Amino acid sequence: MTDLTAGQAAARVQSMQAAYMEMTRRKRTYGAVMLIVFVALIVSGFQVADARNAGGFWDGIGNIFQFPGEVLSEAGQKIANLPGLMWKFLPSLIETVNIAAASTLLGALGAVMISLLATRGLAKWPRLIGLFRRIMDILRAVPEIVIALVLIFILGGGPVPAMIAIAIHTMGALGKLFSEVNENASLKPVEGLQSVGATWGQRMWLGVIPQVAPNYLSYALLRFEINIRASAILGFVGSGGIGYDLKNAFSWGQGRYDEVAAIFLLLFGTIVLFDQISSHFRNKLIGEG
Amino acid sequence: MSMMIDITPTHFDATAHFERKRRLAFAFPAVILAYFAYIFFAFDIMGLAERARLDNAKILVADSYSYKTHVTRDNRSGALSIAVEGENKGTWPDGTSPDWVDIQSPERTLVTLKHGQEVLLDGNTMRYVVPGYGLITAEVTRRDGVTLDLPSDTIPDWISASEARVDITTDAGRVTLTRARTEVMRYHFGWELFWFTLDSPFYGKSLGELAALAVSSDRIVDGKSNLAAMAHDVWNNRMWQHKDVMWAIFETILMAFLGTMGAGLVALPLAFAAARNFSPFMAVRGAMRRIFDLLRGVDALIWTLVLARAFGPGPMTGALAILLTDTGTFGKLFSEALENVDKKQIEGVQSTGAKPLQRYRFGVIPQITPVLLSQLLYYLESNTRSATIIGAITGGGIGLLLTQAMITQKDWEEVSYYIILILLMVMLMDTVSGWLRRKLITSDDGGH
Repeated sequence: MTDLTAGQAAARVQSMQAAYMEMTRRKRTYGAVMLIVFVALIVSGFQVADARNAGGFWDGIGNIFQFPGEVLSEAGQKIANLPGLMWKFLPSLIETVNIAAASTLLGALGAVMISLLATRGLAKWPRLIGLFRRIMDILRAVPEIVIALVLIFILGGGPVPAMIAIAIHTMGALGKLFSEVNENASLKPVEGLQSVGATWGQRMWLGVIPQVAPNYLSYALLRFEINIRASAILGFVGSGGIGYDLKNAFSWGQGRYDEVAAIFLLLFGTIVLFDQISSHFRNKLIGEG
Repeated sequence: MSMMIDITPTHFDATAHFERKRRLAFAFPAVILAYFAYIFFAFDIMGLAERARLDNAKILVADSYSYKTHVTRDNRSGALSIAVEGENKGTWPDGTSPDWVDIQSPERTLVTLKHGQEVLLDGNTMRYVVPGYGLITAEVTRRDGVTLDLPSDTIPDWISASEARVDITTDAGRVTLTRARTEVMRYHFGWELFWFTLDSPFYGKSLGELAALAVSSDRIVDGKSNLAAMAHDVWNNRMWQHKDVMWAIFETILMAFLGTMGAGLVALPLAFAAARNFSPFMAVRGAMRRIFDLLRGVDALIWTLVLARAFGPGPMTGALAILLTDTGTFGKLFSEALENVDKKQIEGVQSTGAKPLQRYRFGVIPQITPVLLSQLLYYLESNTRSATIIGAITGGGIGLLLTQAMITQKDWEEVSYYIILILLMVMLMDTVSGWLRRKLITSDDGGH
């Protein structure tokens, strides 16, 4: 051990302190610069967006309650119609929910397959893991609307194009989450099954799925919430369901605002209801796992 | 022997448990199957097979990688025009023609198609040589319409003929005749005029020639260097409209960026008011939560419609719609993150005599920054996709261009171009946000 005089020790502390302060200062400067750049980006971004918008922000902000006001006042006058209208649109609403449910199921089934094929240690063909991952990336990247519009051109309108479009995106999105879950699954049951000669399908079905099922279900429920919204939006752009009715009522304009109000209410109620149901079950599932 | 435990009840329990599990293992797939059976009928999948237009699919696929050039003769005036996709913007200037069109005289034009097929437009008569079949002659007269003369007695299925219109489709090209015009179409591989349109001096030059021009000092366009002139011609390409398309992509990214970051900025202070450990008043907390639920529940679709009425179509409307929806989402997520912060760190900062604002800055923010940033970046990526859809509804960005190109149902090569651009855009945002997430969250323990 070297002996330090008090003077040397003090000098060393001082240099350390100086270096530390220097580092802190530099970090703060970087932070400040980044903050300034970020704020500048947001401000200039809003200016560009404002300039390229049909109506300006400051002109429009005063009218923001005009449309909801018109809808509300017309719905208020015809309030007696609302229950009947809601009943009338119920089949479309069921179709929207069905699109979401069927596409979530289809997508989740596909995601289970592709995620198992893309997880190290579980894959049937370990060499193809990278390929399946890229496939998932592409499936995830395609916005639903692109597939839906192409399919509408080929298959005609109706719920099926929307269902397929959402299912494809769901398969990619859930596939990624599922394969993260799979990575944490214990390999012991799989090895045990392998030692008694189980096929790949049996190893997955009996060895992996029981471990990961609660997490799978929880993610699938979350996806279902998202897909209800997606299915309503796709309906508006061109496929079936309540979105399509909303588009018709909306483009009719004044005179059918009671229908718009009824559909808004139905949609809002459905989204909130399914959010509640799914978060209830998700809490249960996560608590269990 | 007296130590033996009676295992009968345990055994019974285990058997019952297995039995239940087995029933569940069969019931679960059965329920899913039953649901799909219901969907099969509810969505009328059987009827779909009849409604499906596979010929549309064929057009779409063929058009996405090839283009056709129309050689059109106006049967009333006798004028000839050659145009890519039959569009005005792609018309060959008078007196020029591609090398497979031979204008022998104003009244006589020979069009060479693939596989040795040739079409001769001679006045109002069309002679089409199909090797292996024979010579097809058709004449257009004002009185009788189109009269067709075939080498065979029966009309083959690739020719459709009536007095008003004759349509001949082979794998080499297509010929249609009506009273008004005779049209010969030839398919080529690729996206024609993608870089330069026909009116540009750089059209038809090879890559090597272009590179040589770019470095040479002879100016083709006065007052501009060759490179600048090329860039100008590509950027202002009227056929593919690169300028508008790039602006549309930028608008879409802008919507996603402004919406996500704006929502983050608005949601953060509101989240403090909604978090149990920071907001002492229960009424405020409850009110904040209801606001978040409302913003989320109303959904981007409805916000978009409401905002589009106030602000008109454009990127600002889309950005605000994303901002409103995500303020609800972020408010919920951030307030949950705030409720999970570690008190010790705040108390530590407080023990040094920090004021409340400093306590937040050094005790709380560093703890929640990783959660906050990763959520923001995750949503930025996902909102790029949403912005595409919102653009289709409100009218802005690449979503609008895509729907417009789809509705006209003929510019499929543009549709495939947009689709590729959208995919690249989403993947780019995915990569950028993933990179930023790794960079910001792991390299720096929380941004203080």
